Amino acid sequence: MDSLLPQVREIFRDVFDQPDLIVTRESSAKTVDDWDSLAHINLVTAIEKSFKIKFALGELEELKNVGDLLDLMRTKIEAK
Amino acid sequence: MLECPDLKEIRISVLGGPTTNELVDLLEILLLQSGFRPTFQQSEYSRYYEDAVLEPEQIAAFKPDLIYIHTCSVNIRYPPQVSCTEEEFSAFVEAEMNRYRAIWASLENTVGCQIIQNNFDLPSNAILRNLDSISPGGATRFILELNRQFAQASVANPRLTLQDLATISARMGLDHWYDPNRWFSYKLAHTVEGNFAIAQSLASLVLAIYGRTRKLLVLDLDNTLWGGIIGDDCADKIVIGRETPIAEAYTAFQEYCLSLRKRGILLAACSKNNEEIAKQGFAHPDSVLKLEHFSAFKANWEPKHENILSIAQELNLGADSFVFVDDNPAERAIVEAQIPGIAVPDVGSDVTQYASIIESKRYFEQISLGKEDLERAKRYEENTQRANLESKFADYGEYLDPLQMTAEIGDFNSTYMERIAQLTNKSNQFNLTTKRYTLAEIEAIASDRKYIGIFGKLNDCFGDNGLVSVVLGREEGRELHLDLWLMSCRVLKRDMEIAILDGIIERARTRNIERIVGYYFPTTKNGMVADHYEKLGYSLVSRGEVAGRTVWSLEIENYAARSRHIQILEPVHG
Repeated sequence: MDSLLPQVREIFRDVFDQPDLIVTRESSAKTVDDWDSLAHINLVTAIEKSFKIKFALGELEELKNVGDLLDLMRTKIEAK
Repeated sequence: MLECPDLKEIRISVLGGPTTNELVDLLEILLLQSGFRPTFQQSEYSRYYEDAVLEPEQIAAFKPDLIYIHTCSVNIRYPPQVSCTEEEFSAFVEAEMNRYRAIWASLENTVGCQIIQNNFDLPSNAILRNLDSISPGGATRFILELNRQFAQASVANPRLTLQDLATISARMGLDHWYDPNRWFSYKLAHTVEGNFAIAQSLASLVLAIYGRTRKLLVLDLDNTLWGGIIGDDCADKIVIGRETPIAEAYTAFQEYCLSLRKRGILLAACSKNNEEIAKQGFAHPDSVLKLEHFSAFKANWEPKHENILSIAQELNLGADSFVFVDDNPAERAIVEAQIPGIAVPDVGSDVTQYASIIESKRYFEQISLGKEDLERAKRYEENTQRANLESKFADYGEYLDPLQMTAEIGDFNSTYMERIAQLTNKSNQFNLTTKRYTLAEIEAIASDRKYIGIFGKLNDCFGDNGLVSVVLGREEGRELHLDLWLMSCRVLKRDMEIAILDGIIERARTRNIERIVGYYFPTTKNGMVADHYEKLGYSLVSRGEVAGRTVWSLEIENYAARSRHIQILEPVHG
């Protein structure tokens, strides 16, 4: 399992207020109910604050699913 | 928390320039924490002008208690060009101001509730650098001028409350305030921290609008108001004055406390000390605070929470409106645990930080500063003199007569609307129904023929007590139903309620009313008026199923005016 996934999953559960939400590398806005633009802002903000990283403008648009997000996060965390 | 029954429902319309969802989420949490259950309506992104001016009916249909207009410097429609001349500058300002005047007027006419409008944060880029605030083509100067005119608009209109975004952003620093990435990605104008600061300030404004601000500062003495232990070191050795940096810091904190008192916050001393010795501290020639500045003074060896509760009793104030300042963390912890609702800021033990820590908590937010506020402390001083006089007399009437009381009983009028609304929101003890009214509601009632709204002002030989009592009667056939009867506790036991009753009946007669119906709705705080109507000679009509509510009535046919100790004057308007 992806080492970042447990912490990111907790953030998802918190933002969507669903304690049992299943989040995998394959999850995306299409598979998670309520993942709209407002929830997206909250997710990004929470991830940036928790991991002390910043996403650059446009970087998130390329991502297809949570797996892509975790990979991008990893490159940012390693670059710190 | 959402199930908690004591939360006050509040409906807030948010008209946003930037995206407001994050700000609203944060505000919701803070309001829940402060005893409100908010319901929000938000405009679509950047539709603040259209919603307010073109479709205000949709806002009115939501029936908001408050409207918050959140616009910031990115929303300025007509910014001047760098080449702008002085003459053109005025036209640009006027054009932008007209947009806001249209927003405010439309909301007032169609919705009619309190409006909170924030002024502008300074621009993220000041391309003219220092000239930006000087040249007529500078964005900074443009915003400074708009903010000046916003302030004037708010002063002229009590229904328009201003939130000072310029200062909130300055406190944080513009580099931590703006995040261009969030703006381009989500049209969020501010960082999370910025939005949190805005939400905190808004929550305290909401508290202020509903009269839930703090009223009294309880101060420890040793190492809080001066350096050193007066009982050990003697009065002439305490650290205060201008001789050393530490002495100057204590002097500055005393000056801060005195400035709070001048704007209407009462001061009380509470110290573990010998009373005589403690008082000598204020006789020190360098002490800015003098004994007469304290509305209550407790220096003894009893536990502090007991002393604070007896201060509350003496002054007829709720201890939940107090702020307790003490350098000793143990005292802070005990007081906080023992007195529900009291605010106990962690001021640490560094005197240079006390004032800024207290300030950061926004305890004393107020939406307007009236004559009442500026004279409040003096009134409590006069009350102490009255109490001294009281102890000299055996018979109560014998005490009342030398006070040479005169009362002015008048119908609601524009001069007193704000004070009346303020009183309905902050009176808890002498309040028969504890119904709260906003300024807008009071204004609506004043112009409704169905209602009789009466205020009472009381004067005596020690000074003017100001507007201290409000009664609101609703006509129903030949009956007048008293929806509200309240009085400020500083004029308790002065027979003011009798003078007011005379005033009610005088008015009722001109409308052919035969019976006055009064209600008592018990709360945790208004036990003192449970027998109010009984004492005035009303008969009990019913005792309700709901929480001990009682209904009373008084036939007025044979009523003769009863006021003996208060002379009633014709109201003076102005």
